[in-house]
Amino acid sequence: MSNSTTPLAVQSLNKCFVLPNRKIEALSDVSFELKPGRVTGLIGADGAGKTTLMRLIAGLLQYEEGEIRVLGLDVATQSLAVQSMIGYMPQQFGLYQDLTVRENLSLYADLQGVPEHTRAERFEFLLSMMGMNAFYDRLAGNLSGGMKQKLGLACTLVKAPQLLLLDEPTVGVDPVSRRELWQIVYQLVEKEGMSVLLSTAYLDEAERCDDIKLLHEGKLLAEGPPKKFSEAMLQRTFLVSHPQLSKRDLKKQLDTLSMVKDALIFGDALRVLTQDSIDSTDVLSKALEKSSGMTGYQIEPVAPRFEDAFVDRLAVQEGEVAGGDSNQSAFSSTQLSSSQETAEQTTQGPAIQVKELVCKFGDFVAVDHLSFSVERGEIFGLLGANGAGKTTTFRMLCGLLPATSGHLEVVGLNLRHARAQARAKLGYMSQKFSLYGVMTVEQNLAFYSQVYGLKGKQRQERINWAVETFDLQEILSQNSHDLPLGFKQRLAMACALMHEPDILFLDEPTSGVDPLGRRDFWDKINALADQGVTIMVTTHFMEEAEYCDRMAIMASGSILSLGTPGEIKEQEGVSDMEEAFVRIVQSGKSRKAPDKEDTSDDEEEAS
Amino acid sequence: MTDNAMQTEPQGRKLHMLMRVRGLVIKEFRQILRDPSSISIAFVMPVVLLLLFGYGVSLDAKHIKMGVVQQSPSVASADFASHFYRSEYFDASRYEDVPSAKEAMHQGTIQAVVILKSNFTQDFYSRPTAPVQLLVNGVNSNTANLINGYVQAAWQVWLSDYANKHGLTLTQPVQQLTRIWFNSEVNSSYFLVPGLIAIVMTLIGALLTALVVAREWERGTMEALLVTPVSIYEILFSKVFPYFVLGMGGMLLSLLMALYLFHVPLRGSLWILLLSSALFLWVALSMGILISTVGRTQFVAGQIAILVTFLPAFLLSGFIFDLHSTPLVIQMISHIVPAHYFVMLLQSEFLAGDIFWIILPNLLALLMMGIILTLVVLKKSHKRLD
Repeated sequence: MSNSTTPLAVQSLNKCFVLPNRKIEALSDVSFELKPGRVTGLIGADGAGKTTLMRLIAGLLQYEEGEIRVLGLDVATQSLAVQSMIGYMPQQFGLYQDLTVRENLSLYADLQGVPEHTRAERFEFLLSMMGMNAFYDRLAGNLSGGMKQKLGLACTLVKAPQLLLLDEPTVGVDPVSRRELWQIVYQLVEKEGMSVLLSTAYLDEAERCDDIKLLHEGKLLAEGPPKKFSEAMLQRTFLVSHPQLSKRDLKKQLDTLSMVKDALIFGDALRVLTQDSIDSTDVLSKALEKSSGMTGYQIEPVAPRFEDAFVDRLAVQEGEVAGGDSNQSAFSSTQLSSSQETAEQTTQGPAIQVKELVCKFGDFVAVDHLSFSVERGEIFGLLGANGAGKTTTFRMLCGLLPATSGHLEVVGLNLRHARAQARAKLGYMSQKFSLYGVMTVEQNLAFYSQVYGLKGKQRQERINWAVETFDLQEILSQNSHDLPLGFKQRLAMACALMHEPDILFLDEPTSGVDPLGRRDFWDKINALADQGVTIMVTTHFMEEAEYCDRMAIMASGSILSLGTPGEIKEQEGVSDMEEAFVRIVQSGKSRKAPDKEDTSDDEEEAS
Repeated sequence: MTDNAMQTEPQGRKLHMLMRVRGLVIKEFRQILRDPSSISIAFVMPVVLLLLFGYGVSLDAKHIKMGVVQQSPSVASADFASHFYRSEYFDASRYEDVPSAKEAMHQGTIQAVVILKSNFTQDFYSRPTAPVQLLVNGVNSNTANLINGYVQAAWQVWLSDYANKHGLTLTQPVQQLTRIWFNSEVNSSYFLVPGLIAIVMTLIGALLTALVVAREWERGTMEALLVTPVSIYEILFSKVFPYFVLGMGGMLLSLLMALYLFHVPLRGSLWILLLSSALFLWVALSMGILISTVGRTQFVAGQIAILVTFLPAFLLSGFIFDLHSTPLVIQMISHIVPAHYFVMLLQSEFLAGDIFWIILPNLLALLMMGIILTLVVLKKSHKRLD
């Protein structure tokens, strides 16, 4: 039995949600304990049950079976006492946008019963740790996304809690702010000795935790320190490249090998996870040479990561990679269309050409003399912190926002004169999947095909194509609102591809999707690029940046760095994309005015 | 940390509770002051509604366009016709014959025609046949009835005047003597403006409260609030109290406008008026809070609030439409509309005075509703998300 020094003990916990037409098992038979004074990561994809578990611990939900004890107190019967000892930061932290930073802090100090005379000191301590003590009197609504998140954290910390629950504190936060948040969490653990339970869908963050609870589909899959996970993967991870082969062709070769469990594009090479540990790289290169009849493969071992362990475990769990292989082959064998090639022949030149592009909102320069071009069939990534101008650039490229000045050409059409024509050649998939939740999958497909002006036989063909390619047959009559995230994403992509666009815009396409889902998704994207479709993608997720052919890092409306992922990492002399990103953005910031950072793009936050 | 855990004696607990409630109430007032939509629902909307209903909507018939046809003009018929020309209720114009007057009716230039028949002079006194014919446009039945009444009254008045002047005795079985009580000028703003106070308070109490609670759910602030050691009663109180103040403020604003802009008399006591307003506001706030436990988005909460509080207050409270002439079913439904009782109280306080056999039952009805709704709210609210 747990005693009062154990910050959190969960015993065979079960929780279901009953919907009118079905019952969802959110958590089943979850048991674990938290070590005091440690940062424990609750890791899992969207829908794994992380938020439900957090809410149960905070006493916000009732549970059917099991027991939760926080510092020895039963949450079910003593929720108020528990709530006075914990700090909980929900995913969307409720800051009062129309109150200032100080007023928000004071409110939570009142609610937590912090004595008046200690407040000024506490506020100063917290805000200086967050680097925000210049913003006491700013309205919370006028803070940037990263700062809002930090203020939310400060509010939960006005009274030093003994157990801190953080529900996906880093989701949607750019890498620079993410690092800061992590630093703050570790400082707190050190200074105040609190125990932290932090949930995240970013697997690379697992390595930052002292201890890990891996949650998948409501079950506790594994637990232990991150090292324990990656050590099991020793001698199974390699970087493979070939000077003559494109990385996508190389991936196809690797996918055919039975000894390869997972092959992932990583910059200019492929990151390979083998089925079993192998003693030497020769085993792999021999197998490759045998199947392709080529030589000259360069293979080097790399350190295993947490994600490798996750993929390994899940693949065992589900027996097979979620049917990924089968629809992938269906996808690549299905031609996007026959007209695609003719379109390519008639119009030459780059898919996107941007010269000296400027966009101003009043005095505020959102995009500042941007120039770049994207070739046909290229996967181009646009990275940047919140407010860097990514969304604005995207909107201008899609013809949704007029440029203040500069030249903007998409598939050979000038967006100034031929906006409607250009738009007919674009597909757009937003982060929030613009689907109609109350309509069924079939109705969504029918609607989008109609919106794009498809008629009669052609329309039916495209709908059939979408159903087949994206494996939607079984869910055709379900409301799209009730679909799991992975299916929503597939459906959204099918809708965006209805009219066979030349360019596909993806706005943070895989945030919150588990690694297997993400691999499945990117297989389709790669197949599209092979067929000549140009892909333009924004992301916060550094892993995703590695999948791009070329990428640009933006800050304050201009491009700081442009090149292949390999070139960018090399330029900064690091092997880690996130490290490169942080360095580039920080050196860029020191050149600009230091207070420039707090101009957030509020349209993004408005929801 | 340990001293906080130890602080469970009643003294410390009470102190913490006061601190929490104070924090929440201050926050609520700050939000009200900074959010233009709350201010406009509480103070701009009442002014707009009062001006609109006080000046714009009139249920009285005045300056009705009508035609007068004298088929064979004589001294007597001209005398009668002149009644219409002089009256402020009518804008009368002269037509030569019946067809041209009917044509004007069809075109909508006039609402009614009074035809003084060719036998008017011979027959008006002995009346074997009707000497006066009235044609009324019945599209708006309310106006049509009013015109009918006015013309009949004019005819009676003229007839008795004529009899007096000529020393004749009018053989009428019943002498009609009309006195209009409580609103002797039959001014409809006297009747509308007090009723509007019920509408304004419904808006603030139910609609605004439901919206602000739903907003907290929508923006995720409620979830963060629920995890703090605040009790659900403290949260409820700190929502109800600021909007109670706001609602009473809106009520006083409406009262001042009623008294000094529209010169509606206040014949009852101010204290009873305030008491019944406070009771009604309590009921409205409870409804608002109850709605917000069901509708957790502003859109849904707003729709429900309009449907179950605002529209019934508008249509079924007797504020505009007299409920006595409605079907029995509607009358029965109107008894579960709190605004129905409040409108009765308001109209009685303003126009009639403190009549206890009206005030007491209505106050009791509001009190009952307040108690029931509060009990439901307390039962329905809990500090959980499910």
